[in-house]
Amino acid sequence: MTTTPDALEPDGHPAAGFQTATASGSGLQPAVEAVEREATSRLQLVWRRFLRQRLALFGLALVVLLFALAYLSPFVSPWRYNQLDFNAFLEPPGGSHWFGTTQNGFDVFSLTMRGMQKSLVIGLIGALMATTLAATVGAFAGYFGGVINTALVTLIDLLMVLPAFLIIAILSPSFRGHTWLIFVVLLAAFQWMVTARIVRGMTLSLREREFVHAARFMGVPGWQIIFRHILPNMASLLIIDATINVSSLILAEVGLSFFGFGVQPPDVSLGTLIGDYAGAALTFPWEFYFPAGFLIVLVLAINLVGDGLRDAFDPNTQGRAS
Amino acid sequence: MTGFLLRRLLYLVCLVIVSTSVAYLLAATQLNPRARYEGRNPPPPAAVVDATLDSLNMNDKVPVLTRFGRWGSGLLRGDLGRTIDNQAVNAEIGRRMWVSLRLVLIASIVGTILGVAAGAYGAVKQYRLSDRTLTVFSFVILSIPAVVLGVLFKNAGIGLNNVLGFKLLYTTGEFTPGVDPWTAAGIANRLAHLALPSLVLIVIAIAFYGRYQRNAMLDVLGSDFLRTARAKGLSRSRALIRHGLRTALIPMATFFAYEFALLFVGATFTERLFGWHGMGEYFVESVTKNDVNSVAGVTLFVAVLVLIAGFLSDLAYAALDPRVRV
Repeated sequence: MTTTPDALEPDGHPAAGFQTATASGSGLQPAVEAVEREATSRLQLVWRRFLRQRLALFGLALVVLLFALAYLSPFVSPWRYNQLDFNAFLEPPGGSHWFGTTQNGFDVFSLTMRGMQKSLVIGLIGALMATTLAATVGAFAGYFGGVINTALVTLIDLLMVLPAFLIIAILSPSFRGHTWLIFVVLLAAFQWMVTARIVRGMTLSLREREFVHAARFMGVPGWQIIFRHILPNMASLLIIDATINVSSLILAEVGLSFFGFGVQPPDVSLGTLIGDYAGAALTFPWEFYFPAGFLIVLVLAINLVGDGLRDAFDPNTQGRAS
Repeated sequence: MTGFLLRRLLYLVCLVIVSTSVAYLLAATQLNPRARYEGRNPPPPAAVVDATLDSLNMNDKVPVLTRFGRWGSGLLRGDLGRTIDNQAVNAEIGRRMWVSLRLVLIASIVGTILGVAAGAYGAVKQYRLSDRTLTVFSFVILSIPAVVLGVLFKNAGIGLNNVLGFKLLYTTGEFTPGVDPWTAAGIANRLAHLALPSLVLIVIAIAFYGRYQRNAMLDVLGSDFLRTARAKGLSRSRALIRHGLRTALIPMATFFAYEFALLFVGATFTERLFGWHGMGEYFVESVTKNDVNSVAGVTLFVAVLVLIAGFLSDLAYAALDPRVRV
């Protein structure tokens, strides 16, 4: 959501475009090779720029660490997230309950880790879906124009007018008892429109570039041009967008789950934990501050990576990172 | 030009109609108003439940399209129907939108001005301590969900009250019942209720606008026209404010337009945490209460405001930036 349209202009890397154009003139096989070689070298360049930013690296390390913690700690922790300890109600942190227990005797540490697993998975899968959808819809609308453009733009406008929060809330009873994947799909379905607009705008200008003309005159079908020539030229935008989507989706999940419209019991997420224990923050702070703290650290770390990627892909926007 | 505007307006009206219809049909098929009545203790007779639901136009035994037709014909007369507690949706929205406005208005103005000022200042002082502080502040605040931020401020307020030994800041509601709002004590009471939720909203607004305004200002700072302004003899501060900041505000017009139009929508999480009965709370309650007509009414209300906001931002762009006049 926070991607600025002006941060990345489509004309950012003419070299990539030219190489693709000349290579695709000499047949299909070399074209693929050239694209791949170009992509790796550019990726290496970006990676090197990324490595230079200590804060972003720190964020990446933190994300990896939290990921590992969320998935590996159940093997170490003496308690399961759905296991009750009838000898420890509302116990402060200590002993075998590292983060204390809730009034029912749930182990807060295991709950938090389980919640973080869910938040991470929701963020990652949802972001991937949202960005893919945004890229596809935006590029098709921009490239083909005409009826397709009108239909897709109307769809985008319509989804932007519909209050996402309300629609997901209405549908939440229908995914009660079902898999949380439906919830992720819904979250992603309301997350892609702004990026799709940006992609559409960029496609409109890329469409008139020489290498796209060349491909079109050689008879390459439209969808192939989109996936092979147009979208790779906005890879940087899409990667940054996907990263930022991860954190916005995690935050959206928290908002919805806070009201009980998101992840449904008996499953837990950081959002349901925060919602359930917000009232206990004063009296039994460990119930609230551990999930909330992990959530903030997680989102901060992902945002650091996103900002670092933005600077690595587009050195002209130096100073936008923290 | 007029033709273009008219066609645009027609398109927007169609969008509102379609989105409201989608919301109504989803709510009417997914929500279960019957449960609210059948769950009562002692359970009312089935005939009574049916009669009540019929009078509210929420009976799931009536085909959904019939209900939709009845609701739509009411809408044409400007009537959004009844809530599940048999109140007029119009009256409910008419009351709650002002509650939301009273909550959000001051915070929005203060937060926006402070955020824009801080962002512009940060850009001018790029990489100095003040700029770094603002950047880190924005970054951290924008990574914290509003819910958590609200809880933190609420508890800080309660802690402050405990330290002081008397109730300086209130954490629930808009005012203490029974206090006459038009006396000095009444206004003070309202302000004491307003302080904490406003603070939450202001902090978020400063973080948001600070971040975007800083970027917009940085884009402008290196431009030629600013150098020209300095070269013709303007003082640095005058050039920066008259020529720099004014230009840097243009890309922000969209945000301002949306913020302005959505003042009536309020702040869902803040309202919930601090017990304000505004539109944000209505939003959530309409779904939890299985209140079909309220859901549709709120959707219509928000859709109209969003489209007004879009229209306003187009107008603002045209007014501020001569290049986009079509």
